[in-house]
Amino acid sequence: MNATRATGGGTGTAPPPARTAFDPRVVRAAFPIFSTPRPLPLVYLDSAATAQKPQSVLDAMDRYYRTCNANIHRGVYAIAEQATAAYEDARRLVATFVGAASPREIVFTRNSTEAINLVAHAWARANVAAGDAIVLTPMEHHSNLVPWHIFAAERAIELRFIPLTGSGELAIEALPGLLADGRARLVSFVHVSNVLGTVNPAAEIGRIAHERGARVLVDASQSAAHLPLDVRALDADFVAFTGHKMLGPTGIGALWGRRELLEAMPPFLGGGEMIREVSLTASKWNELPWKFEAGTMPIAEAVGLGAAIEFLERLGMDQVFAHDRALAAYALERLPEVDGLRVLGPPADRRGGVVAFTLDGVHPHDVATVLDADGVCVRAGHHCAMPLHEELGVPASARASFHCYSFREEIDALVAGLHRARRLFPR
Amino acid sequence: MNDLFRENILEHHRHPRCHGTLADPDVTFEDANPLCGDRIRMEFRIRDGVLEAVRFSGQGCSISQAAASMLCEHVEGRPLEEIRTIGRDDVLDLLGIELGPVRLKCALLPLKTLKAGIWGLNQWPDEEEGAS
Repeated sequence: MNATRATGGGTGTAPPPARTAFDPRVVRAAFPIFSTPRPLPLVYLDSAATAQKPQSVLDAMDRYYRTCNANIHRGVYAIAEQATAAYEDARRLVATFVGAASPREIVFTRNSTEAINLVAHAWARANVAAGDAIVLTPMEHHSNLVPWHIFAAERAIELRFIPLTGSGELAIEALPGLLADGRARLVSFVHVSNVLGTVNPAAEIGRIAHERGARVLVDASQSAAHLPLDVRALDADFVAFTGHKMLGPTGIGALWGRRELLEAMPPFLGGGEMIREVSLTASKWNELPWKFEAGTMPIAEAVGLGAAIEFLERLGMDQVFAHDRALAAYALERLPEVDGLRVLGPPADRRGGVVAFTLDGVHPHDVATVLDADGVCVRAGHHCAMPLHEELGVPASARASFHCYSFREEIDALVAGLHRARRLFPR
Repeated sequence: MNDLFRENILEHHRHPRCHGTLADPDVTFEDANPLCGDRIRMEFRIRDGVLEAVRFSGQGCSISQAAASMLCEHVEGRPLEEIRTIGRDDVLDLLGIELGPVRLKCALLPLKTLKAGIWGLNQWPDEEEGAS
């Protein structure tokens, strides 16, 4: 196939910086949003919500639309072949990035939420019966709670929860007890909490679950974007992640699943592309992974995700994680200077680049509004984790989160803004 | 955005009017904005078509709490038929600021709570007026 690769930073402008020199200021130069003129410099501390996009990602998507936009797996003409190759190249990049045994184990979805819903619909419907249980945690994002609420209500499934410790970590010593009666079919948990920043011991949870016959789903929304992720080392059966937190575009995410499980599962959505043969009254499913990719997929977005992964790989995920963690440590050191500030979650050496906090007597919305006046962007609210906030006994929190383009002076700006909020709303 | 923290809003936030509960309310109603966790509870005493007394309590951002304070102060002692005509723009006039779509919900939660409590109207005041 004489396909032009539309992915990758190789032919784009502003190639990502070399592996050896991790300097966030150099990295930042690759992100056009930071050089867009505006009244105040952008201090973007909301990468846990969505990350900014490097030029190479924008270029890859632009190049795809300009040079080979066509529907994939259908046309036999040249640009359709090129588009198909670009889309499948992106899948290969994702597969290598997360350590999948084969690209066939990578199913493209819209985001993590859709990936988890895919498991809830296709796997759980065939494998979890009334009277069975599913084990979750109180620190889940709504995307790993609501699909199970819907399913549990349909089938009379019991939902069980691994308790939290006082430091906002999972009390995994309780897990064997939750699995002891043999009724739990699935343990589904977040790898890195989007509120507490806690990095959960995924491999250990996976091992305990597997020893007792439960399957394992890991929500890697925050981790795939920030640390070296190896799905085989996780001892999981399914891993869900989303592109837009990984410097890629919105509208593209993926589910990794063990091949034999994906093979045995019925489809999720029905439509074009996911079938091999259709008659008026029946269909035969396509092979993996296309069995789960019904309808025209977000092709340009997949290409953009491929370029984002190439960018991240050139940075080195170990360096990205070390950088995030160093920023979290610095934030944890500086934030308590602010009178009445309480940081949620564990110490820096057990978290990723996420720091949520409350400021006594000031609603997080007001905190975020004061900070916004300085161009500092933080998230305020419950961050799609209402049960966790309930558990922590706070109605909402403010959250600063980092990525490869963040740097220490931005945390200084955050702290200065918080002092200002404190003065505006005295205790 | 600094405008959001004009002195009148901070003042109502620090020293809310009509704050607390009534000994003998005719109606008590509580509503929340699940997006941000703002929560407003209102108690009403109604005599001969007049809102004789209103008290609010709750938690939330300065905008929601100041809006509740200003709104309660504004409506206490007025005939219900007059109160019913209060809309989104009246609340914004009381606050004296303009708001984006997210913070607008904070400002309108008290009016929504009031109208739901007295008339069972359960939609956002901006939707009622065909705006969003």
